[in-house]
Parts: sequence; structure tokens; C-alpha cells
Amino acid sequence: MTEVSRRRMLGTAGLGVLAGAAAGGGVAGVAYAHDEPAAPAAVPFFGPHQAGIATPVQDRLHFAAFDVITDDRAELVRVLKEWTRAAALMTAGRPAGDAVPKVAEAPPDDTGEALGLPAARLTLTVGFGPSLFDDRFGLAARRPAALVDLPHFPGDDLESARSGGDLMVQACADDPQVAVHAVRNLARIGFGVVAVRWSQLGFGKTSSTTPSAQTPRNLFGFKDGTNNIGGSDTAALNRHVWVARADGPGADWMAGGSYLVARRIRMHIETWDRTSLKEQQDIVGRDKGEGAAFGNAKERDPVRLDRMPPDAHVRLAHPSTNGGARILRRGYSFADGSDGLGRLDAGLFFLAYQRDPRSGFIPVQRRLAARDVMNEYLVHVGSGIWACPPGVRQGGFWGDTLLG
Amino acid sequence: MPPALGRRPRTALRGPAAIGTVSLVTALAAACGGSGGAAEGAGAVPVNASDTTCQVGKTALSAGTTHFAITNEGTQVTEVYVYAPGDRIVTERENIGPGTKAELTVELAAGKYQVACKPGMKGRGIRTDITVTGTAQGTSDARLTRAVADYRAYVQGQADEHLPLVEDFVAAVKDGDVAKAKDLYAKSRVGWERVEPVAESFGDLDPKLDIREADLEEGQKFTGWHRLEKALWETGEVKGEAKTADTLLADYKDFQAKVKTAQITPTSMANGAKELLDEVATGKVTGEEEAFSHTDLVDFKANVDGAQKVYGLLEPVVKEKDAALATRLSGEFADVQKLLEKYEKGDGYVSYDTVGESDRKELSDAVNALAEPLSKLAKTVVS
Repeated sequence: MTEVSRRRMLGTAGLGVLAGAAAGGGVAGVAYAHDEPAAPAAVPFFGPHQAGIATPVQDRLHFAAFDVITDDRAELVRVLKEWTRAAALMTAGRPAGDAVPKVAEAPPDDTGEALGLPAARLTLTVGFGPSLFDDRFGLAARRPAALVDLPHFPGDDLESARSGGDLMVQACADDPQVAVHAVRNLARIGFGVVAVRWSQLGFGKTSSTTPSAQTPRNLFGFKDGTNNIGGSDTAALNRHVWVARADGPGADWMAGGSYLVARRIRMHIETWDRTSLKEQQDIVGRDKGEGAAFGNAKERDPVRLDRMPPDAHVRLAHPSTNGGARILRRGYSFADGSDGLGRLDAGLFFLAYQRDPRSGFIPVQRRLAARDVMNEYLVHVGSGIWACPPGVRQGGFWGDTLLG
Repeated sequence: MPPALGRRPRTALRGPAAIGTVSLVTALAAACGGSGGAAEGAGAVPVNASDTTCQVGKTALSAGTTHFAITNEGTQVTEVYVYAPGDRIVTERENIGPGTKAELTVELAAGKYQVACKPGMKGRGIRTDITVTGTAQGTSDARLTRAVADYRAYVQGQADEHLPLVEDFVAAVKDGDVAKAKDLYAKSRVGWERVEPVAESFGDLDPKLDIREADLEEGQKFTGWHRLEKALWETGEVKGEAKTADTLLADYKDFQAKVKTAQITPTSMANGAKELLDEVATGKVTGEEEAFSHTDLVDFKANVDGAQKVYGLLEPVVKEKDAALATRLSGEFADVQKLLEKYEKGDGYVSYDTVGESDRKELSDAVNALAEPLSKLAKTVVS
């Protein structure tokens, strides 16, 4: 038994978690995922673009921002290589290492809670924050012009403990346990080199990248992301999401990658719920039931901006209001219990990928922050921007176009 | 700050931790899986327990790792102990239900022991003498034998050297000299904190001396250092605590006397080092250990020093078997020590309630950075 998928571990051996030990081998020997067919519901890890961007949005999210706590570049590279190896295994539905080792004196390399679970379409996506490009690793000159520090937007109330990070890992899966397992094991591999700065769990995808599927609703109760970029819309992806080599200073190593902006947007749920349906619809610019834009009967009828109030959310965020700018949204709802006042600590963990935040998120958010009536019902409390490098090729590692 | 909710009371589960951590984990895992555990197979020593008998399949054993395969054929819940002379618990397995099997894995050095079954989980049990001869594989390395001997001397030295401080602390409490008692409180704990995993092997001594109020079980008496800590810092009133102080000293002396009987192996040393860092990670970094005095950094330093002592003694072997691990551990120990220096004040450390969130995070990151490779020490030493 050299390679055991999480599913087969349970399925064929039938003895549960201890089957590996009983067979005397455990899950010894790890290799890249392509050595064996991946488990069902596995999303390919290797490719020109990182998975987890154009990939159809999974149900669950565990997002983690890390700080690099060493200034040893070789150590950082070592961890990125280790992460790549582990990610290739985990996205294929296999443990990150030996979950039931032969030597009982050592803690198992894989933590084990995903044994027996399918791959659950797990994707792992990494990005590099502006703070990585300081003088610690000699990367200052490689910082892409597009990886700007986000400006302060009116109304921002950002907590540093929920913002920034030298690195980010976005784990998306249809099973929360699979996503949490992935981040947990990557964090563990990274101890001593990277430390978790903050992390966020998400559920109930709020944007779809599969236009044919039903548009999901956010916690305001409205359909969100109707006009999102489709994951199979190659032309739109190339134009708005994937970085091209000629995109400007620092874009050489980013070709095929994308820039991620994350915002933890807390919703004032209780006051929103006391708002009349008419006002809710006026604020959004769509009707709540069907999701049709004002003046339309159906959700997907072309939006007519002149039919909605001038400060409606959809109107302010629409590409034609923003010089054609489009971003690929991939956000999740979150509900982290309640705050000390008994209010839901809930909202939208907004994730958007784009080719250049200077023409994507930033102008759109400037417009929204200044005029969107919806701001009465939300506050941005966390924020981050990361350059997500292109996909990993066989034998390569995450970020090798920058650090290799 | 997370409350102590849900943390295992150290009393309940920490019993023979230093000695039996690996063994208990193995036994539990095997028990959960039903059949097919690593321990079952050739070489396992069957122990058939009934309500009146305790048959041990083999009483002459070779030094090293022994797996006992226990079957409870009786009608009562039973438990099985392995005792060294003087009724020192080497390891134990509790709550073996009627008609069920359990496994117990233990590392035994040459000597005489007793296996005891305790139907109904009470009394002295039905005992069988066993004799262990030879030299355990893995301890045949003279350097490891030496490391164990040196560590034993260190543990004894720590217990002995800190006795006067405990005596002074107790005297100050009884004199009602609150200022002096506060000054001596953390200092009196340093020896204990450096060798805590060994101390924890003596059953009730750990809770008697070092239980935190939040960890008390219903009906359990609050005694020891932390009771006095609370009195000193919360009320500033130690009248009426003379008896607690006397008991603390008596229990400490008991600990000091028992240290020489502790079962220490290279594995238990290495696991003890990891456990010291676990103590730091769960108790000290959060400020829960010293909730009233905020002297957590003194304990923190003592725990790290105790772990570093273990590593220092095992380092020659680690360097040979896994040079990269040795380099990493040396570097991480140095980093943690350097970080702690930032907080030195006088002959101690700053009060932990003055250490802000981001500094605590930095300490926590450094502890994780050290503890993760340290968890590989035991395997490396015995491999």
C-alpha cells in the first residue's frame, strides 16, 4: 500500500482509520497527484492557472492569511515546495502525508480528519501580499505595479488582525471538513517559517461562476453575482481576470495569474431585516424574489441602468458605470456567532479576482463607498490584496516564477 | 482570551504522562479500532482478567517495548496496572469493560515489576510478579544511557535546589509577609516547572501542588501554589492559609523524595520536552496559568529551559540521526530564548498582563515554531 486515497482508505480496507496500521504500511511514500488517478470529485491541481479562481465555486471556504516570520528566503521556498507537494495530494483526495504512521512515537504527518472523505472538489490557491515585497527576500524590485496597497475607502473600519498578510491560502471545497483539514495541515507544515495571521470560514457561496446554475443569495437575502464572469468564458477571463506578460512592470512572473482582493464585510443584519422590502429593493436595484433588475421581468434580462435609482448598488457596481471594469467574484457568506451585544457577527467575505485592481476593484469600491446606500447596512472590517501567481506545472512549485 | 472551558483537567488525564504518553496513545488507538491494532500480534503478552483472577501469559520478559493484550473475562469493569517496586505506576489502563479487550504498551527496563488487575477498579488488585532482563533496544546506545542518567541528575538537582525557595515562600505566607511571598511565589515554582512532565508521573502530586482553580472537579479541594497565588494577589490576605502552605511544603518534599524513583527513558525524556512546550502553548502563552499573579513568563522560561536541557542531552544522538532536525531545534530554541530576553525585568520578567496581543502572538508563533520539530524528537531518538 503506497498510495491510498482518503476514500479508498475507508472504502476498500473497510477497517476505518486504523486500516493502514493494520496492514503494516500506513500511507507511506508520497508523490505528486498525477501518479495515480485522482479520487472522484477532484479538481486538477496542475495547469496554466491556479485552480480555485475560474473553477466552479464550491460550497465552503477556509481562507487563511499568513505572515512569513523568517527572513531566510531558502526557508520560504522550502515551505512553498512542501505546500505544493501537500496540496497536490490533498486536492486529489489523499492525505498530506502519513496519517497512521508505523512509528507510533511520532505524531502523524497528516492530521487525519479527512480520511475517508472524498476530494470534495478541494482547490487550494495561494497569493503573495504587498508586504512580501519588502527587503527581507530581495523581492522589492519584482513587486508588480498592479499589486498596489489598497487605499482607504470612506467608511472602512479595518482591524489589523483581520487584514493583510504576506501570503494567503484560499481553500474551497464542498465539505467544510476537507477545507479546514487542508488549511490546518498547510499551517502545520509552515510552523516556524509562516504563522497564521488571521483566517476566515465561509459557507453558502454568494457568487457563481457557472451562469447556468441558480444564482445563490447572500445574507441580505438577494441573489448576488448574476452578471459574474463565467468560469468557461475564456474571452472574458483573458480580458478581465488573467494577467498577461505585457501588463506592465513585474507582470513577467504573474502571466497567467490574477490579483485577489478580499474584504470581510460585516452586515448589520438586524437593521437590514427591519427595512421595508421596497427600500431593500431600491438599495440593491433588483427585486428580491426573481432577482430581476429594475424594469425587467427576468433575472438575466439585460440590465437597464436608467430604470433604477441613481445610487442603487447594481447600478454603481455595473461595468458600464465603471469604464467596462469587470471582476470575478467568488465570495462566501460568514456567520461567526454573535457579538457581545447579541447581534449576528455575519456578512459577506468578499473575494474578487481581476487582472488589475487599479482598474477593477479600486474604482468600483471608490464609487460604492461614496454613494452606495447599502453602506448604511454594512461595514468593511477586514481587507487584503494578493498577487496570485500562475498555476503550477509538473515538477514546479507555487510561486516558482517569482522565487524559483 | 478563551476561558478554561473544555480543557482537560490535568488531574484526570495527565497521570503517568511522562512515562506513558506514547504507550497510552497506542493503547487508546488500538482499543478504538477493535481488532488489528499494532500491538496485537506475535509477541503480545496476553492478560486474562476475571473477577477473581489475573493471568499474565508470560512473566519473564525482555527489556524494551512490551505489548499487553488484555481481555476482561469478568463481570466487572476492570483496570490493569504495571507497577515498579514501591508501587510506582509505570503505566495503567482503566475502564476495561466486561467482555472487552484492551491493549497496553509499555517500555520496561530490566528489573522487577508487578502486573495488577483491579476488578471493580479498586483495591490493590490481583498481582503477578514479572521480571524483565536484558537491555532494551534503543537504550543499548551508551550515549542514551548516559543522557538518561544525566537527566535524572538534573531533575533531582532541580527538585533539591528549589526546596529552600519553597521553604522561604511558605514561611513568608505563614508570617503574613505578603510582599515577600509575592516576590518568592514564581521563583519557588521554577524547579517544578522545569521538570513538570516527570513530576506529573507521581499521580496526585501534580494536582495537589499545581492545580488551577478553573480545572477543579466537583468536590476536589483547591490546594497548592495557585491557591496561595489567588490569596496573595486577589485579596492580599493570607491569614488562614497556613495549613495550605504547610501542605504545599510537605507535598513538595514528597515530590523531591520520589524523583529518584521516576521511570525515565530516552523516549519519555523526549516526550517530556514536547509536553513542556505544550504547557507553554496552552497555559502560559494565553496567560491562564498565572491568572492572578501574571508571572506566566517565569513559568514559560522554566518550561523552555527544561525542554532545552532534554534536547541538549539528546543532541549528540539527534545530530547523528537527523542533522537537519538538530539544526532546526538549536535555531528554534535560540529564537525563543532571544524573544524571552525582551521581557526580562529585574531578576524576573514583566507582568504578563502588560504583554499586548501582538507580542503574545509573536511568542505563540515562536512556541509553535519550536514545538512542531520538537514533536519529532522522540521518534528520532528511538529510531
